[in-house]
This record gives sequence, C-alpha cells and structure tokens, in this order.
Amino acid sequence: MTPSHAESRFMTLGEGGLAAAMTALAFFSIVVAAKAYTPAYAFHAYLFAAASVAAVFAILNRYFEGNGETPPLEIDGKPNYNFGPIKLGTILAVFWGVAGFTVGLWIALELAFPALNFDLSYISFGRLRPLHTSAVIFAFGGNVLIATSFYVVQRTCRARLVGDLAPWFVVLGYNFFIVIAGSGYLLGITQSKEYAEPEWYADLWLTIVWVVYLLIYLGTIMRRKEPHIYVANWFYLAFILTIAVLHVGNNAAVPVSWFSPKSYVVWAGVQDAMVQWWYGHNAVGFFLTAGFLGIMYYFIPKRAERPVYSYRLSIIHFWSLIFLYIWAGPHHLHYTALPDWTQTLGMTFSIMLWMPSWGGMINGLMTLSGAWDKLRTDPVLRMMVLSVAFYGMATFEGPVMAVREVNSLSHYTDWTIGHVHSGALGWVGFISFGAIYCLVPWLWNRPLYSLRLVSWHFWIATIGIVVYISSMWVSGILQGLMWRSYTNLGFLEYSFIESVEAMHPFYVIRALGGSLFLVGALLMAFNVWRTIAPREALAPAAAGTGLAAAE
Amino acid sequence: MDDRTKKQDAPETQVGTTGHEWDGIRELNTPLPRWWLWLFYATIVWAVGYWIVYPSWPLLSSYSNGVLNWHSRAVVATDLAALQTARGPMMAKLAQASLQDIETTPELLDFARALGRRAFADNCAPCHGSGGGGAKGYPNLTDDDWLWGGTLAEISQTITHGARSGDDQGHQGSMPAFGRDGMLKRDDIVSVADYVRSLSGLSTTEGADLARGAKIFADNCAPCHGPQGKGSRSVGAPNLTDQIWLYGPDTKTIIDGVWNGHGGVMPAWGGKLDPVTIKALAVYVHTFGGGE
Repeated sequence: MTPSHAESRFMTLGEGGLAAAMTALAFFSIVVAAKAYTPAYAFHAYLFAAASVAAVFAILNRYFEGNGETPPLEIDGKPNYNFGPIKLGTILAVFWGVAGFTVGLWIALELAFPALNFDLSYISFGRLRPLHTSAVIFAFGGNVLIATSFYVVQRTCRARLVGDLAPWFVVLGYNFFIVIAGSGYLLGITQSKEYAEPEWYADLWLTIVWVVYLLIYLGTIMRRKEPHIYVANWFYLAFILTIAVLHVGNNAAVPVSWFSPKSYVVWAGVQDAMVQWWYGHNAVGFFLTAGFLGIMYYFIPKRAERPVYSYRLSIIHFWSLIFLYIWAGPHHLHYTALPDWTQTLGMTFSIMLWMPSWGGMINGLMTLSGAWDKLRTDPVLRMMVLSVAFYGMATFEGPVMAVREVNSLSHYTDWTIGHVHSGALGWVGFISFGAIYCLVPWLWNRPLYSLRLVSWHFWIATIGIVVYISSMWVSGILQGLMWRSYTNLGFLEYSFIESVEAMHPFYVIRALGGSLFLVGALLMAFNVWRTIAPREALAPAAAGTGLAAAE
Repeated sequence: MDDRTKKQDAPETQVGTTGHEWDGIRELNTPLPRWWLWLFYATIVWAVGYWIVYPSWPLLSSYSNGVLNWHSRAVVATDLAALQTARGPMMAKLAQASLQDIETTPELLDFARALGRRAFADNCAPCHGSGGGGAKGYPNLTDDDWLWGGTLAEISQTITHGARSGDDQGHQGSMPAFGRDGMLKRDDIVSVADYVRSLSGLSTTEGADLARGAKIFADNCAPCHGPQGKGSRSVGAPNLTDQIWLYGPDTKTIIDGVWNGHGGVMPAWGGKLDPVTIKALAVYVHTFGGGE
C-alpha cells in the first residue's frame, strides 16, 4: 500500500464517532472529578478522563500512522480473521487469573490468621473478598469468555469479526471496567450486592461495553458463511444476552448525584433479595456455565479431533438448561422471608436442572470416544476432560444442596464455599486453562513452549482442588452440625465463636490447596510467556551480536 | 488397525453425522441416551409431586397451598414449642428458686450452669473471654478479686444494671484523669506510679522518692483506693496491693491510667436478657471459682 492512501482516506464514521464520544467523555469526567464529593470518586473520574484521552490518542494515531486501509474481510477467498483483540484478551486473562488467585489465597490466609489484614482497611477481608470474586469470575473468566467467543465465532462462521474498532473497544472497555470495579472495592466503593458490587457509574459503563459485545457477536453470526450456527455459538449468545438482562435488572439504581459514587437500588426488601439471587444464580448459570459450555463445545472436539457426541443432546440440553436455570435463584434464600412457594419453585427447578446440566457433561466426555488414548499423551485434553468431570460433580451437588432439608444444614457454611470452588477451580478454571493452552499456539502460530509444564500444572492444580474442596466439605458439615447441636437439657451445644475456632485447621488446609492452584497458574503464565516471547526476547540478543561484529 | 480401534471408530458408522461441519468439527447423530432421558423425566415427575404436596405456584391473590398444609413458619413455631416443652418445667423452677437455693440444689445448679454457659458464650465472652478469664480492661471473673463484689446478689446486681452503663441503679464512680484535668503534675504522677508499684512489692524506678509518692497517694488516691490501697467496692476502686491488674502493672500503663483516668463500661443486661437467664448467669459466674 502506498502512503498516499492515508492522505486520501477520510476517517470512518466509527473512528470519528468514537473519537468524538471519547473526547466528550474526557471533558465530562474532568468536570465530575472537579466537583466529586469524595476523593475516591474523583480518582475514578480522573481514570475515566485518562482512559478516554488515551483512547482518542490511539484512534488518531492509528488513523495517521496506519496504511489507510481498513482490513479486508477476506484474503484470496479465505476469511481474514481479526485476532488482535483476542490476543490481548488472552494475555489479560492470564494476568487477571494469577492476580485473582493470589488475592484468593491471601483472604484464605486472613480467615486462618486474621492478623494478616494488618489493621489496614484497604486489605480487610470485606474489601478483598469482592476483589477476589470479581477478579476470578469477571476479570479472568470474562476475558477468557470474550477472547474465546471472538475466536470461536469467527472460526465456526468463517467470517471476520464485525466492526473495526468495536472488538478493541469491547476488550479494552471491559478491562477498564475491571480496573474501576477492583480499585473501587479497595477504596470502599460498593453497592453491597454480592457479585454485583460495582457502583452505578461502573455498571453504566459495563452496559455500554456489553451491548457492543452483543452487537458484534450477532453481526458476526449474521455474516457467517456456514448454513447453520454451531452449538458453541448458541451457548455464547445465551451467555451474552442473558448477562445483559441480568446486569441491567439487578443493578437498576438511582444515583445520589452525578458527583457521588453512592446510589440506591430501586428494589427493596425481599424483592431486592429475590432479584439479587435471580441475578446471582444466573451469573453462575449463564456466565460460569453457558459461556464455558461454549468453550467446551469448540475446544474439546477440536483438540480431540473427534465429532461432537450427540447433536440432539446438545439441542435438548441447551434449551432445557436455559429454560430451567432462570428459575433456580430462590434456592439461595431458603428459610428466609422469601415466601415458601417461591422457595419451593426455586428448589424444584434446581432438581429438574440436574439432567440438562449433565447433558453438557455427557456431550463433553463422550466426544472423547475413539480418542481416549489421547488423555495419556495430551495434558491439555486431560485438563479439559477433568474439567468436564468437575462440572458433572458440581452440577449434581448443586441440586442436592438446593433441596430445602439439605440446605438447612449446608446454608451459610463452608460447604457452599467448597461447592462453588469445585465448580470454579475444577470446571471454569480447568476448561479456561485448556482453552488458553490451545489458543495461544493457534493465535501466535507457534508450538507451546512446554507440554511437560502443562502436565505439572495439571497435577499440582488437581491436588490443590481436591485439598481445597475436601477441607471445605469437612469444615462446612462440621460447622452446620455444630450450629444445630443441642444438649440434652435443651440448650445449644456450641456458641458461634466455638464453631469459628473449630474451622481453623480447615482454613489452613484450604489455603494450602489454594496455594497449589496458584502455583499451577504461575506455571501456565510462564509457559504462555515463553511461548509468546521467544522471538521478541531473542531479537535484542541478535541485534547485540550484530553490533559487536560491526565493531 | 487392531480390533479395538475399529470398535472406537464405530460411532460414525453406526449413527452417522448430521452432515454439518464447522472448522473441522462434525456432529454425530446419536440419539438421546435413554438413562439421561428417563432421569430427566423422573426429576420432572418428582417436581410435580413436590408442587402438589408443598406450597409452590403463585395464584391470582394467593398461592397453591399444598396438600400437607406445610409452612416454614409453622415448622419454626413447632420447634420452639418443643424446646419450650423440654426446658419449660426447669425454667419455671429456676424462676421460683432463690439464687442460694439454685446453688445448693444439684439438679437446679446443673440446669442453671447449662443455661448460663450458653448465655455467657453469646453475650459475655466477647469481653470477658470464653472462659471468663478477662482481658486488658475487662475483669477476670475466675479469681476472687471483685471490683463490685462477688456474692451471688452482687454479681446479679452488676449483670442486671451494669457499671457506668447509664442505668440509674448501675454502679457509678470512675478513675479521674488526674493529669489531663490538671489535678496532678507530671512528676507527681511518676512518683505516685512508683509508690503504687511498691504497694504490691514490684520494683520501682531507681532513685524514686517513695515518701513523696505516699504523700501524693494519701492526698489524692486514698479516698477511693483506701489508705493502704486495698480498694473499695462501693466505688469499684481496685485493690492495688494484690498483684491483680485490670490494665497492667508496668509503670507506663499506671502513669497512663492516672493521667487519663479509667471508666470501663459494663452494659446493663436487665433490659436485654430475661430474669431467669440473668439468674443463671449469676450462678454460672459465681461458680467459676472466685464466688463469695
């Protein structure tokens, strides 16, 4: 391409529009920062201003430095896939994963040894806990989902992603939301809704990013060159669409002022609790289940080089899963002010959800038929298959715990923590690791640095998960039994603090399990870095020898 | 290819694929696994059965009640009633009996201690420790050193009305801030601190003028702590000669106490706990070992 193209090309509507919008946002943010009621909010407004200015600069820079061509949709009749934003999302996923697991380990240690908060409000358990959950679910999981979904939708539609700047906007905008959310927690900004802690302005920003994400996804599917839409895309689309609805519904709030981070949620009392757990449970159902099933449906058959086990099962379990999941939230509110009938519905729909969940497990595991021998030689496939096994275990345990009588023992105990982590570490973690190990070599078009390291990652993390969840099962059931134990004179056997004391050894064991999981993730980060870095890392060395020779 | 490999290839040949292909991924046309389908049906049938039995579906103005007429509130009421039946008779006896009678009747004592132990762990342990051993500023309840008296009646009075609690009948009186309020000068306080340490035989600062300290003590401290420093229960002034320290025996802590004063609060539990529980607590604390 000749440079004259750049001079002759006008800015596209997207470039100009986004640059104008970002300029406006920068000015508005500076005004908000100047009039903000709290320093923490002013800090966030300045972050918004800085990010907007950076975005405008990047857009203009790209326009003037670029070759003046928008990338073609196809080159020589083959789709010209857009991998840039996916590469960034993958790297950020690894970064946030390590960060999120580290914070998790730290708060596990704080529970065992409370002095570790050093009396600093910023790192007290109440602030670090949402930092951990948001970092692992939304930062790590979210980046994995965005990166893999952009990859899968292009490959299975044989079409380039819709939008020129839009995919970059989604990846960068989403990660900016993560920074605002996480730094807000540390500064004490929260609306105190579990898994939906960010305040109104972060929520608004995420809404914009998410709608763009949805439009890109729909647009790319509509642009497809395949007659049918692949099953992985159904799951991704269900995830994106439902999360949008859940996010807007649960975060409906009235800000106190443009210049204050504080807002009041429009729902009140038991309705608020109901909406919160409609959101909370379906964040599990559509973010952590449907989204990651999308990953499974592409990466397992691709890696195993086997056809998906059953097309019919994928249809039936998809529709039954999304229909039934949306009802199950009230099982988080057993024995509360929520009406009995609502609790019953939540519980029974959770039971009916068992087989639809297992449909995904069957399709994941049975896809391996004819290729089971690959588990011996391919630790990446082994990781993804174990992940599906954990998925099956957690989706059986979930309905069991949703039963009212079981819940009366398990609710508010560490059993819940164990259950969540068998799903989070086992299912979500391992399928993500597997996808990252597949994706990095495919995206950068070079072999993975070390399969042996993947094998080490697999075993260390697996032992970590088993240690983690079994310690939480024991401590949770012990806790539940201590709380309900009566003496023969009719008095509670234990005070609350005695049950806390009894948890100590299990908290130490849990932290040990978590640290093993973290070590595994660090191995992955190293492996990914060594896979991506070599050429750039070797380049200065080569240049150095070149110079030496010249002397 | 051996036999096993051939068998593994069977799925495609048996059920065929749907004919679609995406990025090299094909789909088998396998029918739904029977066990899966029947288990799915079974969970649906079970759910429908559960809806018939328990309250489940919203109606126009109410909800489907369920044939068992089950309600979680009713379950709580039943549980509480059962507990009342189990504890009731003994609770009634406890309400009737005097504190002394409770301690001398083994059956009542056992019950009172069980109730007291529960109430203590939930209400008192945060300050006084789970075994009643106390903490800095919170008296140890297991020894025989009592600020406000260690008889059953006195313990019961302290629990019911508290100390410096705002309750009219609660214990009053606190340690003045001699330094902060300008009653004593800094070196006076240093001298008196040395003298106070000498009362319980602790070492004093080299070259300390104990006679001066004694003079300051007699003029300022003796009205409450007594001429010999033995303390006074009427104003809750601790005995300074017994090597039991509420805040600590080191010179710095004593100087700090004389300078800033003390006035730890024991809440009045009379309005929060029922009379029978307070009785049980008094007996429980009294039988820690230091009761008078």
